[in-house]
Amino acid sequence: MDDDLTTRIASDPRYQELKRKRTAFGLWLSLAMLVVYYGFILLVAFDKPFLATRIGTGVMTIGIPIGLGVIVFTILITGIYVRRANREYDALTEQVVQGALK
Amino acid sequence: MSAQPRRATLDTALRAGLGLALITFAGVALAAPDLGQAEKQATNWTAITMFAVFVLGTLYITKWAAKRTRSAADFYTAGGGITGFQNGLAIAGDYMSAASFLGISAAVMTGGFDGLIYSIGFLVGWPVVTFLLAERLRNLGKFTFADVAAFRFAQTPVRVFAASGTLVVVAFYLIAQMVGAGQLIKLLFGLDYWMAVVIVGGLMMVYVLFGGMTATTWVQIIKAALLLAGASFMAFMVLYSFGFSPEAMFAKAVEVKTGIAVAAGKSPAEAAKQGFAIMGPGGFIKDPISAISFGMALMFGTAGLPHILMRFFTVPNAKEARKSVLWATTWIGYFYVLTFIIGFGAITFVLTNPQFLDAKGGLLGGGNMAAVHLANAVGGNVFLGFISAVAFATILAVVAGLTLSGASAVSHDLYATVIKKGKADGAAELKVSRVTTVVLGFVAVLLGIVFEKQNIAFMVSLAFAIAASANFPVLLMSVLWKGCTTRGAVVGGFLGLISSVLLTVVSPAVWEATLGHPAGSALFPYASPALFSMTIAFVSIWLFSILDNSARGKIDREGFLAQQVRSETGIGAALASSH
Repeated sequence: MDDDLTTRIASDPRYQELKRKRTAFGLWLSLAMLVVYYGFILLVAFDKPFLATRIGTGVMTIGIPIGLGVIVFTILITGIYVRRANREYDALTEQVVQGALK
Repeated sequence: MSAQPRRATLDTALRAGLGLALITFAGVALAAPDLGQAEKQATNWTAITMFAVFVLGTLYITKWAAKRTRSAADFYTAGGGITGFQNGLAIAGDYMSAASFLGISAAVMTGGFDGLIYSIGFLVGWPVVTFLLAERLRNLGKFTFADVAAFRFAQTPVRVFAASGTLVVVAFYLIAQMVGAGQLIKLLFGLDYWMAVVIVGGLMMVYVLFGGMTATTWVQIIKAALLLAGASFMAFMVLYSFGFSPEAMFAKAVEVKTGIAVAAGKSPAEAAKQGFAIMGPGGFIKDPISAISFGMALMFGTAGLPHILMRFFTVPNAKEARKSVLWATTWIGYFYVLTFIIGFGAITFVLTNPQFLDAKGGLLGGGNMAAVHLANAVGGNVFLGFISAVAFATILAVVAGLTLSGASAVSHDLYATVIKKGKADGAAELKVSRVTTVVLGFVAVLLGIVFEKQNIAFMVSLAFAIAASANFPVLLMSVLWKGCTTRGAVVGGFLGLISSVLLTVVSPAVWEATLGHPAGSALFPYASPALFSMTIAFVSIWLFSILDNSARGKIDREGFLAQQVRSETGIGAALASSH
């Protein structure tokens, strides 16, 4: 890619919007994943009795839905990113590319 | 120390199987699941026949793939023609090892909730890969992750680093898989250890040599589909027998565990407590530092495994790369939910059935047989054969991916870029990959035989720790931080690599459990080096970059804008048809 094209794309406000939005969204979601996972690990490390608390009258503990919840959260948060990227970022990328190559 | 007591320690740990091994090693019960040592079982012809069918099928695919593997691009990336959905399954097939199927279900059977903590660690790296790396990798890279890490840097030093990181990770991962295959074949097929190692080495060479990435991808896809189907059936049968009530399944498991404790001579109150312990966290995580460090190795190691990163170059564009991680995360997450159910099912259907137990109440064939015996209990002998064949096929798929990744590091990074300065012709590069594949095949067989009797529990976690401490920091910083320079990346990367290996050697899992030094003598007390070695890597990448006043450093920083534009938009990215 030549320098001219690079400069032209880099100064395109749509490119700046794309870069800013996607990077920020990616970092926020990464942070959310870190908080959920290390929150879970710290809960295991520091408050084992809490996770072993029974829900209701049976043997089911609060730890089971929390643990499985982390798995579901992992899949969901990935899905949220992919959905937004497919709808929003791809369209924006397309505009930037069209604008630069015309 | 003499060989005798060490032998005894090894045997005790190994007989206890994975679940217990996890808890006995080093006081901190954090180590990767491995398959331990196994006793040879009676020859299982059903399993062998089913495995033979799988092999014939995959060889047929390899023959088809061989016709399509002409250029270096075909060999490394299947010509970039894999869809997001296919690649997602292939990533899952590359990632879900036999150790995670047999090992995690066994860990759940032994420790209940603790097994779940372990599997969660293996899943949480995927979103990070999606948000920060997948699309950028696809837009910047061609064949290997070094293409991305070295994009704007001086090629030779960064490629040498990336190839070292790749080969070290591949070597440890490969040893774990080869030894696992040997143990598994004794258990599942009733054949000798060496036969497994030779079969795996030979088939892996054939797949990669002739079919390249196309054959490897399809072997991984088929394996993933078979494994997911088999595990789904088992989990369905377990839930079905409890009328689809998780509460009933857990209650029965607690009852069984309580009964076992009573039989072991515990007082009723003590036994009830022990039985209920599977419903909450137990001895798996003792000190928070180990827990966090180990969690970091699993989470960021996933984002630095070369054979996984390579899979992002097989799809045509960034959109498909993104879709492939979503599919992979979904399948892998679903798989870990299944292993959780399978582990609890094994408590009820395996631990209570004398048919599967030895005189001491342990599982026949060792602790890792939980899922295998459960297959027999819910689906009879034919399904047992099916699961055994799938477990073995699983190793083949993982090993093929690893070999391909190691071969690419040698031919694309070292030969074509470092030695030939990017002027190698495609045919010569392809030839080097194939020669390397053969060499890696022989090395893998040799290592498999050499390490037969060794305790290899630490090897998979070491591979993850190195990937997290060397490959991942360099990749992330080169892609996201403008100030990163060649010098910073190379110095920081190598420091991460060296520190993660050294700290592992002086950690309890290697110093005490493997090298036989007395308990408590390990210099580094934690289960995983990642917290420290990742910090060393990131800090030194930053420090050596900002202190870098060289002319090269200036070029590196100036190259960031063009790299960023391409990584965000994909303009100039290698196209599916031409790359």
